[in-house]
Amino acid sequence: MEVIVDNLRIAFPSPSGKVEAVRGVSFVLGQEKLAIVGESGSGKSLTARAILRLLPRAAIITANALRFDGIDVLDADESTMRRIRGGRAGLVMQDPKFSLNPVMTAGAQIAEAWRAHRGGSRKLAREAAVDLLAQVQIRDPGAVADRYPHQLSGGMGQRVMIAMMLAPDPELLIADEPTSALDATVQAEILRLIEDLVQRRGMGLILISHDLPLVSHFCDRVLVMYAGRVVEECSAGELARARHPYTRGLLECLPILSEKRRRLAVLRRDPSWAAA
Amino acid sequence: MIEVENLSVRYGTAYAARDVSFFVARGVSFGIVGESGSGKSTVLRALAGLSREWSGTIRVGGETVAPVRDRAFFRRVQMVFQDPYGSLHPRQTIDRALSEPLLVHGIKDIEPRIAAALAEVALPPDTRFRYPHQLSGGQRQRVAIARALMAGPEVLLLDEPTSALDVSVQAEVLNLLSDLQEKRGLTYILVSHNLAVVAHLCARIGVMQGGEMVEQLTADDLRAGRTKHPHTEALRRLSVELEETDAQHGQAA
Repeated sequence: MEVIVDNLRIAFPSPSGKVEAVRGVSFVLGQEKLAIVGESGSGKSLTARAILRLLPRAAIITANALRFDGIDVLDADESTMRRIRGGRAGLVMQDPKFSLNPVMTAGAQIAEAWRAHRGGSRKLAREAAVDLLAQVQIRDPGAVADRYPHQLSGGMGQRVMIAMMLAPDPELLIADEPTSALDATVQAEILRLIEDLVQRRGMGLILISHDLPLVSHFCDRVLVMYAGRVVEECSAGELARARHPYTRGLLECLPILSEKRRRLAVLRRDPSWAAA
Repeated sequence: MIEVENLSVRYGTAYAARDVSFFVARGVSFGIVGESGSGKSTVLRALAGLSREWSGTIRVGGETVAPVRDRAFFRRVQMVFQDPYGSLHPRQTIDRALSEPLLVHGIKDIEPRIAAALAEVALPPDTRFRYPHQLSGGQRQRVAIARALMAGPEVLLLDEPTSALDVSVQAEVLNLLSDLQEKRGLTYILVSHNLAVVAHLCARIGVMQGGEMVEQLTADDLRAGRTKHPHTEALRRLSVELEETDAQHGQAA
């Protein structure tokens, strides 16, 4: 599996002409863990969703190349895309409260994902669901399978989402701010779980976040996006030596526990960062 | 300024908070940290008068407060919530959101006060006639802070005020809160699961677990690792580990 993104542009029509939200993003992803970091509106989610062609209807999307394992995403018909979405590439979203079906039990939702992509009997799917819940480290998977989303904590809900995404055995996992709605402790647990599963199953991972230091612990490579462009790319271990003033700004504006900062640095946005 | 003694909140037979006691001096910030379900927001909501099912004693400025608060209480104590989009009326302009506390408390000079309030939280004057959806998350949180300050309170209760914001915007809002505190001598109680944020703004911190406040310590002690309770240490270690972006990590990876 290889994802190739070359000069991706995503624009939206507006009364005053086209507005480009993603402006020429390029990267190649293999079996590795890639983080895309940026603020709200930087285009990080759009970039990742473009790989699944999950964009708002109005979006105008162009690229020199946008390929998922050799399949031209821009040109593929809907049935090909449906086999990729959920099947070969899973998407974990921010808040399990809004992405789980409130009137289906956790087990039934995972079983549904299993059967949609792999077929098999209800009984088999149910067993697979319980097994997947165990894989995402839920202690009593049989009991949790029978619970409804409102009976689950945020962390458990996110584990159920991940279990559902793993059901069809995908090659790529896209996690869009998977832990922003969770506590610091649960955040680390979920990210460790994702890292571990990706490693064990040999998947590719795209982790989208606004928390630069956090993702650098769980990824190999970091793309920093600003105003629709990648302003810096570096390996996660070398983040401390990042050069771009925006990346430095993101690191310096964080309050940190190990050091007292009287006043937090505030990002001074330079218009040249956004210039093409 | 605020004294809480043996505060317990019980829902049925389960305690959401149990025998929580702390004291906050005037013009000082007190932070409460803990995981979801530890009872930190429960304590804050009891303080704010949003829940009535509590026992114990709460004193604000030396006066014991009743479970049902009077208007004078809300002139002294105001609250800022996590999600500014959820706490502003979507069909009301910022002007209306800011004038409401003034009307409730019968405060005159609405015009100049709103202009001054917007300036105080560093929002441009034309924000006044906009709707919440026309503002960014950071701007909305500034409006929420401005609204809380309209009636001139002495105490602000802050429930995860920056968790829904980007890190760069978080820095701006935290700096704003520090400035306002210095200028107005406000007393803050800040609830968050982010240890670094709490330690940045608050000199004293209470750590909650399972409804109990298991430890109170200064931010300096927390930074230096002079903790007594294992839960505090566990939270601290996690926070420090995740902060490291230096070469150490590069070698480990």
